[in-house]
Amino acid sequence: MPTLRVSIWRGRTEGGFVDYDVPRHESQTVLDVVTHVQRHLEPSLAYRFACRVGMCGSCAMTVNGVARWTCRTHIANVADGDRLEIAPLANLPVVKDLVTDMRGFFDKWARAKGRFEGRRTRDDDFARVDPASPARKLADAGIECIGCGVCYASCDVVAWRPDFLGPAALNRAWTLVNDVRDDAQRERLRAVAGDAGCHACHTQGSCVERCPKHLAPAAAIAGLKRVTARAAARGKL
Amino acid sequence: MEHAAQAKRWYWQRVSAMVLALCVLVHLVTIVYAVRSGLSGEALLARTRGSVAFAAFYAVFVMACAVHVPIGVARIAEEWLGLGSCAANAAANAFALLLAVMGFTAVYAMVTG
Repeated sequence: MPTLRVSIWRGRTEGGFVDYDVPRHESQTVLDVVTHVQRHLEPSLAYRFACRVGMCGSCAMTVNGVARWTCRTHIANVADGDRLEIAPLANLPVVKDLVTDMRGFFDKWARAKGRFEGRRTRDDDFARVDPASPARKLADAGIECIGCGVCYASCDVVAWRPDFLGPAALNRAWTLVNDVRDDAQRERLRAVAGDAGCHACHTQGSCVERCPKHLAPAAAIAGLKRVTARAAARGKL
Repeated sequence: MEHAAQAKRWYWQRVSAMVLALCVLVHLVTIVYAVRSGLSGEALLARTRGSVAFAAFYAVFVMACAVHVPIGVARIAEEWLGLGSCAANAAANAFALLLAVMGFTAVYAMVTG
């Protein structure tokens, strides 16, 4: 049976790659390989997964240098011959082996005011939002983000400027900027503007290139730049 | 205030980029024409000397550069050199002044030389 030589990161910030030989199967995913190593070769290997079908976003890792969902990545598409290198996501602290600490990532969603702030109560009628309205379409374009962290791990600006909110948090903010029901627009624009916000983005586009959901956080950030500039010109920032 | 200043800087960088896109195009066409025509330095100066059109065009070009470039340089200084925001902006403003002085000196020489 053909085998795959897999190098997997072991340890925390200090550590190194350890090689394992894993049997090669048809339609095998990277998550299948990691699971094989943990179940048969290295029981102490730590990694994170849940749904296995690309819905939860918890199994993202760096595969041959590129951040990906391991459950939706076939070995045939990423293996370099019979070699595979699996590391934790970049730009996040490592808890152990392939598990990263996502707190900083999600704290930035909160800093970017990524929470809906409504003004209606249960006594009010439903808000009516035309699905064909430009704002709703812009919100729709980014709403499917599941917070896997692939864009964040792929962003050079996050690496250079650790306080940068990052593509996912700014994409989330953009969906709310376009939510006509939301009542915290000024605070949100203030939260996403400035050195750590949308203006730090260089539009390199790694987030768009790597997003497994084919979203375009860079386009959302460009939208935030336009809207914040308009608000600043009117003295409302 | 810093947020508004940053948003405005982005706006000016974008507007100056639009001006530069046009200026660079015209400048390149001018260079290609001059080179292909085999014009000497003296022949070029004979065409630009006293020309209000050349002076106005290159003055706009210099101003657009002096606005556009330092905003990006400040970002790079912060990220790659680890400068703080104030230090980076101060360095960028000094660079803007340098660009403007050098650029206008060249424009002056072009139309009076």
